[in-house]
Amino acid sequence: MKKLLCTILILTVLSTLFLSGCGYQYADLDLRAEFDESLKGTELTVYNWGEYISDGAGGTIDVNKEFEKLTGIKVNYLTFESNETMYSQIKSGGISYDIIIPSDYMIERLIKEDMLQTIDLSKITNYDLIAKQYKNLFFDEKNEYSVPYNVGMVGMIYNTELVGKDIEHSWKVLWDEKYKNMALNFNNPRDAFMTAQMILGQDLNTLNKADWDAAADLLKQGKKNLQTYVMDEIYGKMETGEASVAPYYAGDYLTMLENNENLAFFYPDEGTNIFVDSICIPKNAKNYQAALQYINFLLEPDISTANAEYIGYASPNTAVIENKDYCYYQNEILYPDEADMPKVQYYHDIDADVRSYYENLWSEIKLY
Amino acid sequence: MKILSRLYIALIILFLYAPVAVMILFSFNSSVSVWRFSGFSTRWYSGLAYNTTMLNALEHTLVIALLSALLSTVLGTAAAVGIEAIRKKITKKLVMSVTQVPMMNADIVTGISLMLLFIFIGKLIGLDESLGFFTVLIAHITFNLPYVILSVIPKLRQTDAHLAEAALDLGCTPLKAFFKVILPSISTGIVTGLIMAFTLSLDDFVISYFTCGHYQTLPIIIYNMTKKSVKPDTYALSTLIFITVFVLLILYNVLQTKSEKKRAAAVFKART
Amino acid sequence: MNKKSFGSRLIAAPYLVWSALFIVIPLLIMFYFALTDQNGVFTLSNLSAIGQYKKAFLISILYAVIATAITLLLAYPMAYCMTKSGISTQRMLFMIVMIPMWMNFLIRTYSWITILANTGLINTFLTKIGLKPLRLINTPGAVILGMVYDFIPYMILPIYSVMSKLDKSLLEAAEDLGSDSFTKFKKVILPLTRPGIISGITMVFVPSVSTFYISQKLGGNKTMLIGDAIEFLFNSGPAYYNIASALSLLLMIMILICLFVMNHFSDEDGGVLM
Repeated sequence: MKKLLCTILILTVLSTLFLSGCGYQYADLDLRAEFDESLKGTELTVYNWGEYISDGAGGTIDVNKEFEKLTGIKVNYLTFESNETMYSQIKSGGISYDIIIPSDYMIERLIKEDMLQTIDLSKITNYDLIAKQYKNLFFDEKNEYSVPYNVGMVGMIYNTELVGKDIEHSWKVLWDEKYKNMALNFNNPRDAFMTAQMILGQDLNTLNKADWDAAADLLKQGKKNLQTYVMDEIYGKMETGEASVAPYYAGDYLTMLENNENLAFFYPDEGTNIFVDSICIPKNAKNYQAALQYINFLLEPDISTANAEYIGYASPNTAVIENKDYCYYQNEILYPDEADMPKVQYYHDIDADVRSYYENLWSEIKLY
Repeated sequence: MKILSRLYIALIILFLYAPVAVMILFSFNSSVSVWRFSGFSTRWYSGLAYNTTMLNALEHTLVIALLSALLSTVLGTAAAVGIEAIRKKITKKLVMSVTQVPMMNADIVTGISLMLLFIFIGKLIGLDESLGFFTVLIAHITFNLPYVILSVIPKLRQTDAHLAEAALDLGCTPLKAFFKVILPSISTGIVTGLIMAFTLSLDDFVISYFTCGHYQTLPIIIYNMTKKSVKPDTYALSTLIFITVFVLLILYNVLQTKSEKKRAAAVFKART
Repeated sequence: MNKKSFGSRLIAAPYLVWSALFIVIPLLIMFYFALTDQNGVFTLSNLSAIGQYKKAFLISILYAVIATAITLLLAYPMAYCMTKSGISTQRMLFMIVMIPMWMNFLIRTYSWITILANTGLINTFLTKIGLKPLRLINTPGAVILGMVYDFIPYMILPIYSVMSKLDKSLLEAAEDLGSDSFTKFKKVILPLTRPGIISGITMVFVPSVSTFYISQKLGGNKTMLIGDAIEFLFNSGPAYYNIASALSLLLMIMILICLFVMNHFSDEDGGVLM
């Protein structure tokens, strides 16, 4: 009897290891670049988005642990949930980081405010793997300060079991009374404003305060239709059917899909936001050399693939995009071909005056 | 009447423990959901052992709680003795009012004001990074101090002042008189203060949130986790903490009852 | 004699320095931030900008008052029932009430989502027995419930400690003098337990009015309490430190006024500790 119990226990434990649907399974790493232990014993502090690295769950590669094993550098890994929080932490001077992974417009601001160091690309031997279209982008035209990590677009996720397959491909569903109390919106100003700005047909980077006012009014109107404003809490809400429609990042939809197959996705016809999250080194970094090694490590084909499969976002790394074993190889949501590509706009850094104007409006919406 | 009162107690206990029960139940869920129970599994518990972020944070929490409790107990006991010796009523009242500030004020205000100070000082001396281990330690000592002081002072007042004087008259040095006479009589107050400081520090979230920098404690990690999709592993960790606390308190209670019985028996023996 | 007391006064010196450095000066810095702009120039604009957050203040106070009142109404009979039990049961009950305080309040709050959610335990049960599901989560009621739940031990315990020390002979005397139970309660028990009530109220009101987590999780981020506003501003970057400091300052002053009024009501001095 006891034996039986033991066997069952072992089986349940083991079965958890093989549960994951899409996740790069552990194999011996095949490295392209060379890594050494010259910085053994030093520490590296990484500040990344939540759920934004392969962490070993379900037998996948634990990226940080592998890096530690390889180089002897201790990785201190911390997470943030919006560009704004990250900016606030760095700007206050309270905390120093060696690696940060902000989005495009935030990188533009950080460069403007002289808060980033140049990255010595001669040490990033894997840099040639980055696809051409993700180099020389507007926020870092000479590729001096950033190395692309992930690419993504925002779209709408909906639960076909709850709302059916027939849904208007528009941001307007968030305002539609049909989905009252079942709709979610972003809990950060930039993305939430985007949903309204797209409906109004605005330039996402408009400097006209009246445009922002109009978008804010629309958001205020929509507030009573929403169940709540969320960031990463969306996973639980969409996976369990607690909410039925919500805008979020395409890559995260794929992760949710693994836990609830009734979820579907579309890019709204009005157009959407496209973003690039890139790796940067802040000015007050303490371990610059280790940061370079870490960046190079993240670009390794095996590591990039593990990350791309775990995170579910589109990769800028050709070693991933062209890898036929990659579980999102030519996935139509992540890598739509030109015909299916939605109209997209990047966020740009908006000058401080207008920025504080819309952030103020955001407070107003929350207080409304 | 008695039934009614029992029923009421039961209802309140149900209210207090319903979420705890839910938490324990879902820590054994076989799927990642904390809303839908799909089967029994201990996978989240075995997974905890590999969660280095969580284990690191647990270590940080314990280090800060122990250090801040010890330091604030030493500093606070000395302060209580000193404050009691102040003769001027106004001075005493002023010191006591300042002492009560961190206890009475909203945590968020205490946390923010300390953060502003640390960042200000950091900028002044040109640090790259002003928040970390020391700042969170200082913050915890600061909010622990009033609890220590206020649990020692009543005991000091109960102590017979003549005892210390007698000791001095009998040739004790003031220091010796303190350790031999005063300290034993206020020791229960000191222990209460120490325990209170330890638990407050263990559980603090708001003040640590603003002052800890990289040195993230467990409540901060839990906060970060609830910002994402909470998985049953957070519940599993909390269940473990809950069970530890529960067992410790029951043990403490049993020991106390036992020692009381022993004392009662001793008294009984002495009388007969 | 004089020399001796000078010596013992001196051992408070490290603490006095500590409290000046880490209690007084931080508040002064906050004051400074509240009255200056980003460049350190004196301004009153932060204070006038507070007007925008009037609603957050009002809602925070309203919710906190309601939560405190409910807590008191639930806790007082509980404390009373506890004192009616045997000694060892009393000690057990005391611990049972205390144990949840040792658990992380973030988790305790979060588990309410599992209970209250649209697809949560209560609603699953309701739909199973054929009733319509209720909207429980993301409502003001859920926020107030969270406050009551998180802070109720802070109300029960002080009232209980005062009540358990009540002089039984006083109650007997009241009965002997012919008071019915209501008069006994109003004339004897209530006034004597007032210090416990006062400390309970302060210990529930202060954290409720300044909370920034409960409303985010149970209120669905739709109502912004003053704690949420402060946290949001501090997380938006140093440019917002000034206005956030002004809000914190106002919150502090508000709390101090409440405490002052409270202390005024309590006849006993120094009654505001567990």
